[in-house]
Amino acid sequence: MEPNMANEGKSKLKMAIYWGAACGGCCVSVLDVHEKLFEVVAAADLVFWPIALDIKYKDVEAMPDGFIDLTLFNGAVRNSENEHMARLLRQKSKILVAYGSCAHMGGIPGLANLTNKNELFNRIYLETESTLNPDGIIPKTHFNVTEGELELPEFFNDVRALNQVVDVDYYLPGCPPQTERFVEVFMAIVNMAELPPNGSVVGAWEKTLCDECKRKKTDNKVIRKFYRPWEIHDDGETCFLEQGVICMGPATRGGCGYRCIEGNAPCQGCYGPPADAPDPGAKMMSAIGTIIDSNLEIEIEEIVDAIVDPVGTFYRFSLPKAILRKKMSVPKPVN
Amino acid sequence: MKKITIDPITRLEGHGKIEIFLTDQGDVENVYFQVPELRGFEKFCEGRPVEEMSRIVTKICGVCPGCHHMAAGKAIDAVFGLEPPPTAKKIRELFYMAHFIHSHIAHFYALAAPDFLVGPNADPSERNILGVIAKVGIEVGTEVIHQRRLAQEIQAMLGGHQTHVVLNIPGGVRKGLTEEQRDQLIPTGKGFQKFAKFSLQLFRDVVLANNDYVNMILEGPYNLKIHSMGLVDSNNKVNFYDGMVRVVDTEGKEKFKYHPTDYLEYIAERVEPWSYLKFPYLRKIGWKGFVEGQDSGVYHATPLSRLNAADGMATPLANEAYQELFSTFGGKPVNATLAMHWARLVELLYAAERFNELIKDPEITGKELRADLKEIVGEGVGCVEAQRGTLTHHYWTDSRGVVTKVNIIVGTTNNNAAICMSLKKAAQHVIKAGIEPDQGILNQIEMAFRAYDPCFSCATHSLPGQMPLLVNFKDSDGKIIRSIQRD
Repeated sequence: MEPNMANEGKSKLKMAIYWGAACGGCCVSVLDVHEKLFEVVAAADLVFWPIALDIKYKDVEAMPDGFIDLTLFNGAVRNSENEHMARLLRQKSKILVAYGSCAHMGGIPGLANLTNKNELFNRIYLETESTLNPDGIIPKTHFNVTEGELELPEFFNDVRALNQVVDVDYYLPGCPPQTERFVEVFMAIVNMAELPPNGSVVGAWEKTLCDECKRKKTDNKVIRKFYRPWEIHDDGETCFLEQGVICMGPATRGGCGYRCIEGNAPCQGCYGPPADAPDPGAKMMSAIGTIIDSNLEIEIEEIVDAIVDPVGTFYRFSLPKAILRKKMSVPKPVN
Repeated sequence: MKKITIDPITRLEGHGKIEIFLTDQGDVENVYFQVPELRGFEKFCEGRPVEEMSRIVTKICGVCPGCHHMAAGKAIDAVFGLEPPPTAKKIRELFYMAHFIHSHIAHFYALAAPDFLVGPNADPSERNILGVIAKVGIEVGTEVIHQRRLAQEIQAMLGGHQTHVVLNIPGGVRKGLTEEQRDQLIPTGKGFQKFAKFSLQLFRDVVLANNDYVNMILEGPYNLKIHSMGLVDSNNKVNFYDGMVRVVDTEGKEKFKYHPTDYLEYIAERVEPWSYLKFPYLRKIGWKGFVEGQDSGVYHATPLSRLNAADGMATPLANEAYQELFSTFGGKPVNATLAMHWARLVELLYAAERFNELIKDPEITGKELRADLKEIVGEGVGCVEAQRGTLTHHYWTDSRGVVTKVNIIVGTTNNNAAICMSLKKAAQHVIKAGIEPDQGILNQIEMAFRAYDPCFSCATHSLPGQMPLLVNFKDSDGKIIRSIQRD
C-alpha cells in the first residue's frame, strides 16, 4: 500500500533533525528518499535541520517545550555542545528518536572509549607524523587571541550514546538506517498509527540478520580455525561464520537489507543486538561456541583466542553501551 | 574591540563557527574560522585489524565515504605489499567516478547554484534548491535528483552498502561486475555525460552571460593567491584515483611533484589553540602565517587547484571545457575562489567521460579480482583526490596486520587556512566602518567559503534552505549590543 505522504487535512508534523558527533551519513540516509523528498516535505515541516535550513540554536531555544513533534537525533555525545543540544532538543520535542548507530549505541566514535581524551589529544596534536608542533599546543576551550577571547566546546573523556544523556523515546538503528526503514517509521508517525511502547527499537526486526540472510548455512559444528576476510577466498554463497570469518549476523537485528553481505562483506553489527540479547559480545560468544568443531575446553579457548581484536569487533558500534565500559586494555601489538 | 560571532554555521560536515573581530572604528581586524569538533579516528583505530580500516574510516564522512574507503583500500594494499589486478583497479575507479558524479551534481545544484541561479542578493527564503528548481523548471529539477540517484545506485551495486561501501579487500575488490550489469550501465553513463554537458551549458548561460556574476567572480575579495595541489597522471592530467601529487605555485609553475608516499617531506600540519582542526601547509616553504603569496606555505586542494596543478584533463570533452575555463580567465593559474564551482563542473564532465571509458573496457568484467597475499609489509600510504581535496591515509601495523599507528590528512583539512583567509577577505570587503551589515552581507561572507564546498557541507546533498547565520555584535566586554539574523 502506498502511504499517503501528502497527509492532507491533518496539521503538519513538526520535525527536527540534528547531529552530534556524526559523519553526516544519517542525514544522507534521509536525503536518499530521492524523489520522495518533496512528499516528505509535504507531510512535515522541518523546523530545525542545521545542514539544510536557516534555523538557529537561538530559534530552538525560543520554541515552547514540546513544540517539535519529532526529533531525529543522530551522532554520539562527544562534547559539551552535543550534550547541550541533546538536552535542549529533549525539552522541545514530544518524540525524541535516537537515529542511527551513534545515537543508539555510541557508534564508531564510541571506539574512542578504548582510550581517553589525553591519549587521543596527544596522538592527534603532538605525535602524528605530519604534525609540527614544537610548542606542544593543544586546543583549549577558552583562548585569548590578541583581538579577544575564542571558545570551543569541551571535549569529554568518554563518548556516550544519546540515552546516557537524556531520555529517548525510540531507537532507529543502523549506520546509517536504511532509508526504507526511516520512511516506514516516519509514515507511522505522520499517520498517527499506534506506536510501540516508549524505549522500543523501531525500524528494525526482532529477529537477527541471520534469519533473513540468503547465504547457505548448515548449522553444524564446522569451525576449527577463524580467518580474517583476506585469508580465505569467499565463495559468495556460504555463511561467513561457516567459512570461519567473523560475521556479527547472529548478534545483530535484521532490517538493514543485508547490504554489506550483498557486497560480500561480513556484518559488523551496526543494527545492534536483537531483542532477546542485550549484549552483542555475549551473544557472539555463544554463537561462536555453537559452530566450533570441538568439545575440549582448552581447544575451544585456543580457537577463540585467535580472533584478532574481539572487543573492537564485537562492540564495533556499541562500546559506550557495553557491559564492559571504560578503558580496556588495547591488545598489545606483536612484532 | 567588537566581535561578530557567526554560530552556528551549518552545512558543515559537522559543526563550525566564525568569529569576526572589529576595530573600534568598525573595520574588520581579524577573522577566525573555528572547527569545534573532533572524533579522533587517528587514535581509536589503533588495535584494529588493518583490513577493517576501509570499513571504519568511511564513518569519518557520510557525505564522501567513498573517498576514505579508496584511500584506506590503497593504504591497506600497501601494508600487504599488494598491487590489485587490472580488473579490480578499474572497478574501483568506476565506483569512484560514480562517487564523484553523485557528489558534484549535488554540490552544484543544491549548494552552489542558489547563489548564481537564484541570485546572491535574492530573497533568502528563495535562495535554495527549490528556488533553483523554480528557476530551471521542475523537469530539470527532477533530472538532478534522478542523476544523483543513479550514481548512488551504482555505488550500491558495486560496493554493497550505498553509503558505507564494502568494495575493497586487501589487494582488490570483493565483487566483480557481471556483463548484464555492465550492459545496464552503458545508457546510464551516456546519461551522465549528457547531464554534465547540460550543467556546463547552464553555467555558461546563467553565470558567464551575466556581467554582474562575472565581475563578482573576478572581484578581489573572492581571490586568493595561494599554491595549488592536485593528483596528476603520467601526462600531468587530472586524476582522481591515482598518480603523483603536483603543487604549482601562485604563478602557475611546478613547485613540487612527489609520490604520495613521500607526503611527510612536503606537508606539515600546524596546531592552533582555538580550533580542533589542524592547519596543513607546505613544509618545505614553512608556515608564514595566514598570508597569501609566493612565499607563503598556504595551499588549497579543491577542484580549481586540481585544474591549476595539471596540464589538462585526460578526456577530450572535459579537456575542451578545461581550456575554455582558463582562456576565459586569461591563463593559469586561476585564483578566483568562485571559479571552483566552474572547475567542479569540468570535473563532473571528466568523471562522466572516464566512467564511459571504463564501462567500455573489456577488462571491467574480468574475473581476477584480488592479488594473492604475499607478506605483511607493515606500513602503507593511500592517496586519492576526494571531491574536497587530496586525501592521504597512512597506516602502520604489527606483523599480524594489526594497526599500531594512523595518520590521516583529510581533503577539507588541506583548505583550513585558505578558508580562514577567504572569509577574512570577504568580511573585510563587505563589512565597512559606518555601514550597517545586512543579510546580503552575510551571504557574501558565506559565499567565500561555500566555494570550497566541503566536507563542510552535507548540504551538498541537501534540502532547501541556506546557511543559518546569526551575527552578534559584541562590545569589548562581550555584551551583545546588536544582533542581526537572516530569516
